[in-house]
Amino acid sequence: MIDWLRELFLAWGPFGLLVWTLIKILVIVLPVVLGVAFYVLFERKVLGWMHARHGPVFVGKVFGIGWIQPFADVVKLLLKEVVRPTNAHGFLYFLAPLLALAPALAAWAVVPFDDGVVLADVNAGLLYLLAMTSMGVYGIILAGWASNSKYAFLGAMRSAAQVVSYEIAMGFALVGVLVAAGSLNLTTIVHAQNGAGGVLSWFWLPLLPLFLVYFISGVAETNRAPFDVAEGESEIVAGFHVEYSGAAFALFFLAEYANMILISFLTSILFMGGWLSPFPETVPVLGADGWWWLAVKVVFFMFSFLWLRATFPRYRYDQIMRLGWKIFIPITIVWILVVALMVHYGWLVQLKA
Amino acid sequence: MDLIVDNLELIAFYAFAGLCLASALAVISVRNSVHAALFLVLTFFSAACTWLLARAEFLGIALVLVYVGAVMVLFLFVVMMLDVRTEKLREGFIRYLPVGIVVAVLMLMQMVVLIGVRRMSGIGLADIPGKDFSNTEAVGMKLFTDHVFGFEIAAVILTVAIIAAIALTLRRRAGTKHQDIGEQVRVKASDRVRIVKMPSEGKPEVRQ
Amino acid sequence: MKRFTHYLKSLMLLELLQGMGVTLRYFVKPKYTMHYPQEKIPKSHRFRGLHALRRYPNGEERCIACKLCEAVCPALAITIDSEMREDGTRRTTRYEIDLFKCIYCGFCEESCPVDSIVETDIHEYHFEKRGENVVTKPQLLAIGDRFEAQIAAARALDAPYR
Repeated sequence: MIDWLRELFLAWGPFGLLVWTLIKILVIVLPVVLGVAFYVLFERKVLGWMHARHGPVFVGKVFGIGWIQPFADVVKLLLKEVVRPTNAHGFLYFLAPLLALAPALAAWAVVPFDDGVVLADVNAGLLYLLAMTSMGVYGIILAGWASNSKYAFLGAMRSAAQVVSYEIAMGFALVGVLVAAGSLNLTTIVHAQNGAGGVLSWFWLPLLPLFLVYFISGVAETNRAPFDVAEGESEIVAGFHVEYSGAAFALFFLAEYANMILISFLTSILFMGGWLSPFPETVPVLGADGWWWLAVKVVFFMFSFLWLRATFPRYRYDQIMRLGWKIFIPITIVWILVVALMVHYGWLVQLKA
Repeated sequence: MDLIVDNLELIAFYAFAGLCLASALAVISVRNSVHAALFLVLTFFSAACTWLLARAEFLGIALVLVYVGAVMVLFLFVVMMLDVRTEKLREGFIRYLPVGIVVAVLMLMQMVVLIGVRRMSGIGLADIPGKDFSNTEAVGMKLFTDHVFGFEIAAVILTVAIIAAIALTLRRRAGTKHQDIGEQVRVKASDRVRIVKMPSEGKPEVRQ
Repeated sequence: MKRFTHYLKSLMLLELLQGMGVTLRYFVKPKYTMHYPQEKIPKSHRFRGLHALRRYPNGEERCIACKLCEAVCPALAITIDSEMREDGTRRTTRYEIDLFKCIYCGFCEESCPVDSIVETDIHEYHFEKRGENVVTKPQLLAIGDRFEAQIAAARALDAPYR
């Protein structure tokens, strides 16, 4: 079916190729956007349950969980007026949400969903991901500057400093992964985790400190609680997007949640064995590898994002900087050394056997 | 139609290179310093795209990662915070013009000579390698075999520079009230609060 | 040594995991929140809500215009005018309560010698136009007539403690 469609489009020549690529992009982007919509609902329900509340229940009563609520939210946001403050910088003000969203969606190009199911199976996939996640901060900085508002500017400054410092820890954690896997290609990294040890041969165990540092840095990188000083409602109202409303605000929202889902995907792929099954192959049904295992892991990490938000109070700004520079970076550097030794003396291979 | 398809890579190269040059011009010509910094970001980005076209994916992405993702963010950070007065900066334009021209001409000559020498010596532009070629691996191999000493020395110099920068700016002034976060995190309730257990007053006859 | 054990503890993330355990426990606990319009929490019979003026069983209004409620009202929400009726009794011609001023303290109810002005347990009401916040005598009497059974039952329950 897919091959037949592909042939059909490629027969058109270069335009067919263009259309075919666009279709492939849409096939990834649409589920991501839908995923964001339901992730918002998931967040509201999980937060509610952890607060001993119900969360949304009234819009869409069929399953008793208010499952139409995300669509109600979207319609509300899209129908609202997009306000532009008088002294805001017109062009940059509207460019900022796009700049926030574009890298968040572009990063999905190299994410494998199953063995071989990936839009662009490039060799430098990991580097590309790092580059894309580091570009998301431009949307925030420009939003803060173009809004011409003190609160927005403060939020943007905080966010810029935070993202730049946590990127280092995140990058070092990824260096550990690529040393262990010997490749920058995400599919190869997953294959490198396939060993006789099952769950134990996945990278989370030998790279445990890097795994934790990566996920926590991911939380900080997406400006989520407890690292959400960029928004800091109690101090700077809503931070960088305080002046945005309606569809422009919705884009920031979309970018933030798309990034959260992306980080969940990456953590699952890089440290939790991607689509590999935690059970040995001899177990019927459960032992088979497949995208459903990736989905289970991703949902767990998405849940963890909300779990952290429900549990911890917001960090103070200087504590965030201390955690990033004085704790995470030394830990990752030390552990990269350990990983290098493990690879050199073949302990990592022994662990897999 | 076929002409476009066949030369797609060339067209993309000229588009990115043109964008790169145009935005580089804009960097030195726009008045607003934040806009200039943003144009510099665009310059880096289009340069990275041209590198990607030459299958130098590692270099291209590293350029985006390091310069666009980190260095320019800090640049913007500083430029946005500063109140740059452009009139002040333009004051000495005529005075410094001759020096500027000399430097520019020198640089141009260097570039021309370099390109000319390359042409002469027949190294020329390298052929674009095939699809299986991994630029990352090639760069790594070169760096850690042929150029390992240069690479390590550069790394040591950078580390020393970081430490020196921190050592030069770090000074403890007496009498300032700064917080020690480690201390704050380490503290337990039992360190700060002493709970005193006292016997209740009891019956009147005990009190007497 | 203490510092070392602290480092070890914080590197193992023990306290953080403990905190996450707490939220996870609440995650599965039964929820307390009421689905308000559908579910309602039972109210005390002493609940002080919307006001009402009561009548005697024979239909005669209880209020004798003594103006004690007007005097005791701390928010000055009650306005009373009175005159002599044809049968020689003193009655109100105007009895208005400004519900924006009212603080629902229940002093009017306590001061009333004939149990005329009372506060019912109705708390779901709204105004749609400016000026509707001032409730007039006919309105108050109508509220009293409509909810008399409820009001009387609440008074009977509270009688032993008065």
